[in-house]
Amino acid sequence: MEVKKAAMAGTLESSDAQVTVEPGNGKIELSIESSVIHQFGKQIKATILETLNRLDVTDAKVTVVDKGALDCTLKARVECAVYRSNDITENLPWGGVIK
Amino acid sequence: MSHPYKKRLRRSMMFLNCQKPGLIKDPYIYKPDSIMLDLEDAVAENQKDAARYSLYHALQEIDYRGVERVVRINGLDTPHWKEDIRVCVAGGADTIRIAKTESAQDVHVVEEHVLAAEREFGRPEGSTLLMSALESCKGVLNALEICKSSDRLIGIALSGGDYTKDLQTTITGTGVELQGARQQMIIAARAAGVQCWDTVFTNLDAMDVFEEEVKMIKMMGFDGKSLVNPRQIAIVHKIFTPTQKEIIFAEKVVKEIDEKKALGIGVFTVDGKMIDIAFYDGAKRTIDLAKASGVYEGDL
Repeated sequence: MEVKKAAMAGTLESSDAQVTVEPGNGKIELSIESSVIHQFGKQIKATILETLNRLDVTDAKVTVVDKGALDCTLKARVECAVYRSNDITENLPWGGVIK
Repeated sequence: MSHPYKKRLRRSMMFLNCQKPGLIKDPYIYKPDSIMLDLEDAVAENQKDAARYSLYHALQEIDYRGVERVVRINGLDTPHWKEDIRVCVAGGADTIRIAKTESAQDVHVVEEHVLAAEREFGRPEGSTLLMSALESCKGVLNALEICKSSDRLIGIALSGGDYTKDLQTTITGTGVELQGARQQMIIAARAAGVQCWDTVFTNLDAMDVFEEEVKMIKMMGFDGKSLVNPRQIAIVHKIFTPTQKEIIFAEKVVKEIDEKKALGIGVFTVDGKMIDIAFYDGAKRTIDLAKASGVYEGDL
């Protein structure tokens, strides 16, 4: 899926993550800021990249500010930001590429 | 065939805002009977989409440890409810709470979309239960037809805030403004054989008043209450769980009626109280409630 315009999802509240996606320069550029980066940095990165991969996003600048979000929240925020960048809010592929 | 969980224990049904990951990640620690994951009023209009992604992953990935997962969807007068139903069914929600139900037709419309979603997402047909929130005078007056509208319908819940607005009054704290609705709804629910839940109590600084209200709705016949805070759960469970004294008396009533029936005796006394067959169902219900609440150790 193409990231057509800048879009954001999530908040800076505890247990949440704020994810911003912007049109990229031919690849995924991922920036992660997290209070638990030393313990969970690898896992956070893997979850974000897997989610982008499932959505077939290959060209985007992705910024994540993590506040201790569970994996399920990270996925939810990435998916929401990507679909918002395409103005899609209905007939979503629950259980398909969103899983 | 009726759904196996249609009549499960639902004393405490706690609302949680799907917009807040911190709220939905571990509410099972408070041991409510049901959680109600909210896509409706608690979620800001421009965050309806975000709440659905969080809901989907929570339903799929968080183990709520036997707590029933109800989702409150947006009203049929909004652009959101159809996608709300799709995500609920895809995620595997146990029950959908229909906001602002005013007629049996409202339930039928939701049921039709739930069935379509069950087919789309490969869920067993009929597996998603429904409950209706009555939030208007019209809804309360139509309580009986709503209660009888669907095999999926587990019961009706009063939503006092919107109802009192429609009634052109406010929540006064005395309960007088809710008397008619409460009475009408519990009678309708019992006539149709479904459950009935009272409205939320939002003043967390008045736990004594809350406790009195819970005692009152228990006496009226309600099955439980919608809750807004984990602190309210223990109070509801304490009041809705039969005491050991009540359980022992109910046991005696059931056993004595069974024994006396065989001897051709219709009326007799238990602990000084006159007992006949009319007490049988009530005593059985006390035993069933004790079993469901995990406090029964007898052999009935």
